[in-house]
Parts: sequence; C-alpha cells; structure tokens
Amino acid sequence: MVSGERLKELAEKAYRIRRHVLEMTTAAGSGHPGGSLSCVDVITALYFHVMHHDPKNPSLPDRDRFVLSKGHAAPTLYAALAECGYFPVEELKNLRKFGSILQGHPDKNRVPGVENSSGSLGNGLAIANGMALAAKIDGRPYRVYALLGDGECQEGLIWEAAMFAAHYKIDNLTAIVDRNGLQIDGPTERVMSVEPFADKWRSFGWHVIEVDGHDIPAIIGACEEAKRVRGRPTVIIAHLIKGRGVSFMEWVAGFHGKTLSPKDLEKALAELDAWYEGLAA
Amino acid sequence: MSTAMKSTRDAYGECLVELSADPRIVVLDADTSVSTRTNKFAAKCPDRFFNVGCAEQNLVATAAGFAYAGKTAIATAYAIFATGRPWEQIRNFVAHDKLNVKIIVTHAGLTNGPDGASHHSLEDIAALRVIPNMTIIVPADAEEAKQAIRAAVEHPGPCYIRLSRAESPVIFGPSYKFELGKGVVLRDGRDLAIIATGNMVAKALEAAEILEKKGINARVINISTIKPIDREIVLNAARETGAVVTAEEHNAIGGFGGAVAEVLGAGQPVPVEFVGVRDRFGQTGETEELYETYGLTAEKIVEASKRVLSRKRG
Repeated sequence: MVSGERLKELAEKAYRIRRHVLEMTTAAGSGHPGGSLSCVDVITALYFHVMHHDPKNPSLPDRDRFVLSKGHAAPTLYAALAECGYFPVEELKNLRKFGSILQGHPDKNRVPGVENSSGSLGNGLAIANGMALAAKIDGRPYRVYALLGDGECQEGLIWEAAMFAAHYKIDNLTAIVDRNGLQIDGPTERVMSVEPFADKWRSFGWHVIEVDGHDIPAIIGACEEAKRVRGRPTVIIAHLIKGRGVSFMEWVAGFHGKTLSPKDLEKALAELDAWYEGLAA
Repeated sequence: MSTAMKSTRDAYGECLVELSADPRIVVLDADTSVSTRTNKFAAKCPDRFFNVGCAEQNLVATAAGFAYAGKTAIATAYAIFATGRPWEQIRNFVAHDKLNVKIIVTHAGLTNGPDGASHHSLEDIAALRVIPNMTIIVPADAEEAKQAIRAAVEHPGPCYIRLSRAESPVIFGPSYKFELGKGVVLRDGRDLAIIATGNMVAKALEAAEILEKKGINARVINISTIKPIDREIVLNAARETGAVVTAEEHNAIGGFGGAVAEVLGAGQPVPVEFVGVRDRFGQTGETEELYETYGLTAEKIVEASKRVLSRKRG
C-alpha cells in the first residue's frame, strides 16, 4: 500500500512535471506536448516510487533501468530527471536550444540519468531485453522498465522483441504501453489498427495488466504485480489521455507535435493550478 | 604467401572459442549460427549466446541493450542482412551512443556465390562508412581476422568486421602483428601502389608478380582497417610511386576505393584506378566464377595498373 502522504507527494510531482512540460515546450516552440502529458503519471510513479535509482550516482550498478522508447516524450523524462535532481531544474528552459544538453529527443551522451538515446521509434523494447538479460547473466537484481507508445507498436521490431522476451523468459522486464489511442495522423485505429491489443501481447506469451494509467496507485500496483510474475515478461497497458491535464488539449491529435502559444500556455497553467489546488484542499 | 587456404569465418569460430572465457562477451546471431560459426561459441557458452531468430533489427537492437548494460555484444549474421536491414539501429544506437557492439559478419562480397544477388553484399562498406564512430575492418586472411577480432573486442566502441564464406589464401603467419588503424606494406615497389583490402589482397600480390615479369615494380599495401583509414601509408604511397590502384570486393562506388580517393584527393592527388564491382548486382555462381565475371581478378588489377601508369606518364 502506498501511504496517503506519499500519494500527495506523487500528485505534486506530477503537477510540477506537467507545468514543466508545458512551459518548456512553449519556450522551445516545438516538441510533443500531447504525448508528453499523457505519460506524466506513469513516469512520476516510476521515478518517485517504483524504481530503485540514485540521482547522485547515475551509474549505480544495480539501479533499475528506464528505457524511453517513445523518445518524443523527452520533455516528461527531462522534467522528471530534473525534479529528481539529476541536473538543475533551470536547465529545462533550454529544451531544444542549440548547445543544450536537452536535445529534441533524448541523447544518452549529454543528459545524466538517460539510459539510452531514442527518438527513432520501435527500438526500446529490444534494448530493454538486452539490458534485462545482462542483469540475469551477471546475477544483478535490477529491473528494466520500458515505456512504449501505442502508435509505435506498429513497428515490426516491437513484435520481434516481444517474441524474444517471452522466448527467453525475461521476467525482470516490465513494458508499459502509453495507450492514448492517438498518433500524429489521427486515431491509431484509423491510421493502422493495433487492436485487439491486449490479445496480441497475450498471444506473444506476455502477462498483461490493463490499468487506468492516470491512477498512480493503480500503476504502482501493476508494477508490484509484475515483480511477482515469474518466467515471462509483463506488459502494462496504461490507458491514458493525450494532453491529459489541460481541457483543450485532451484527446486532440493535433497536440502530438504542436506546442501552445504563450497565451494558451497561461490558460493551461491556470487549469493545472486550479486542479492541483483542488487536490490539496 | 603459402598455398594453404582457410576462410575467415572458420577463423572467427575458432577465435570465439578462445574468447569464450571472457565474461564480458555475449554473442547474438540471427538464425545463421551454423554458417557463421557462432555455433562454436554457443556450444561452449550457451548462457551467453542468444539466437534471435530471423530478426536482424532485433539482433542489433538487443545487442545495443546488452552494451548499454556494460556487455561487449557481438552481433553476427550474413553481411547483407546484418547491415542492410538494421542500418538505422546501427546508426541511432550502436554508433551514436558509441556502444561496445561488434558487428561481425560473414558471407561478405561475392563469397556466398550460389545463393545469388539477394545474399551477396557489395554495398555494406559504403553504407557503414558514412556513420560516425564506426570502425570498419576487412581482414585479408584467417590470421588477420583472428587478430582483428581480438583487437575489436579490446577497442572501446562500435566495430564492423567483414568476413568471408569462401576459403582464401593464407597470407600471414602467426608472427604477424595486426594493428588497428594501420596498413601494411606487403611488397615494396616504386612504379605504382596497389592498395587492396580483404580477399583482394592475395590477388594484388599475384598481380604484382605478373607486373614484375613485365618490368613494372608495384608496391602492394594491405589496408584492413578501412575506417579510420591509415592516411600516412596512403599518402606515402602516392608521394613515392605517383599512381594508385585500389582493389576491393565491393561496389567500386563509395567503398574502400572511395575512402582511399578521399585521402588522396585532399592530400596528394595522383591518378587512381578502382578495381571493384562496377555498380551491379551479383548473380548465382561459384565465387571464383563471379570474381571473373565482375572483374575481381589479378588480371584486372594488372590492367588497371597499366592504365594508371599511362595516366601517370601522360
């Protein structure tokens, strides 16, 4: 069970990360706010509760690994890492600026705490498999968490990796799919159907958990369940809302790759503030 | 040069067994382990061998994952499939993040003759040479292959090693010392320099014999590390002989000859002739038949040498 106190802290972190995502993408004038907002609660749960890691020692040998496969959610990862203390929060305003460590998509060579570069879709699950098997070979206790987009699951390599993970019984791996249902060109089911999604993973030999991915205790519970599963990998299909937290951004595919104007940013931040004050009250 | 023959893939299998005690190493293959000889490692070290099945993108991306976690990951398949299909995984992860992934391929060039064009690899050097951080090695024989593999394992970062299915003449004895990034003068000469790589090195030596009988004194240089290339040995050859012929089992566009020409063009422009496949696909045939058809022979190197000499004098 997660304490009420801890849940309050997590809600505050999620709120702060959402604010960062909006501010930094608007300042940058480009980026992917929609798919960054959708996975804020998942990334918050991982970095501030589920994963074993140490911001003061990013190369801690037994740290849990987080693989952001949907690299366009970089703003959320950067904001979470900054909130953890991997680098100063002030750096966030330099997102996508020339010379910044915060490249448009994550660059392992530049950002403390980023485990792998990404941005090219479909690769994270295979990378996570390699990391997880390395832990098994070396008898290390760490787990690997991979966050995938749902549109990304149209890539063939995702299913090559899904087959591989089940074949090699990689049970120290938890994949989480951001099932927000929208990709750049529209709803996934109109662009290229991924349904029946959970059945696909089951038929590939995975333990499947479906949750409301904005429910932080539910995400944490699913991650705990995954730790108990032996002999096969687990996928958490996190049902999420693109643009979550800002009424006029939710469910809008257009905000996949479009940022807010300064004026809309003010409205959006006011909404977030009101939501957070409501929680705190 | 002895008359003994050995394939570089057989050398690879033996080398993997010798390296198997190294706990850093994991080996991955894409359902080609019998042909590539990684099955030797699999038999010795089943816990550190992973067959990914017919899935070359997964081969490279999983190897990248191992490397992110600190392993030295060797990814193997036929040259065309291990470079063509996962090119983007090689670029965006292996090379960009300077990972300890060694892509060691077999069946390169025309050495997988009877399988035909789909299984030949005449474009891989060009395709990988343009990727930053890549080291590219094409060994000339079995001994050099073994030493290059050992050097690659000790060298931090991505390496591509291109091996053959076909047997080729043994050039080097065990006293040979391979050095990453260094070419070797195998035969001195003053009229022109034949700079060759891989299976063309033995043919270059043959060509030099033929030329000697015609009174032409050719220097023969083996360059196995195509990237980073040994600029010094290339520039010295141009300065001292004034004419260069390159020879490779690859498209004459963009590969080894291109790498040599880039060095020469910028540093010591001299006439250059390129022996390689003339921008064509292969076809079914025994490797030697294909070498004849596609112009990868000692005779073609001799002809190119005469052409380059006429340009030098002209």
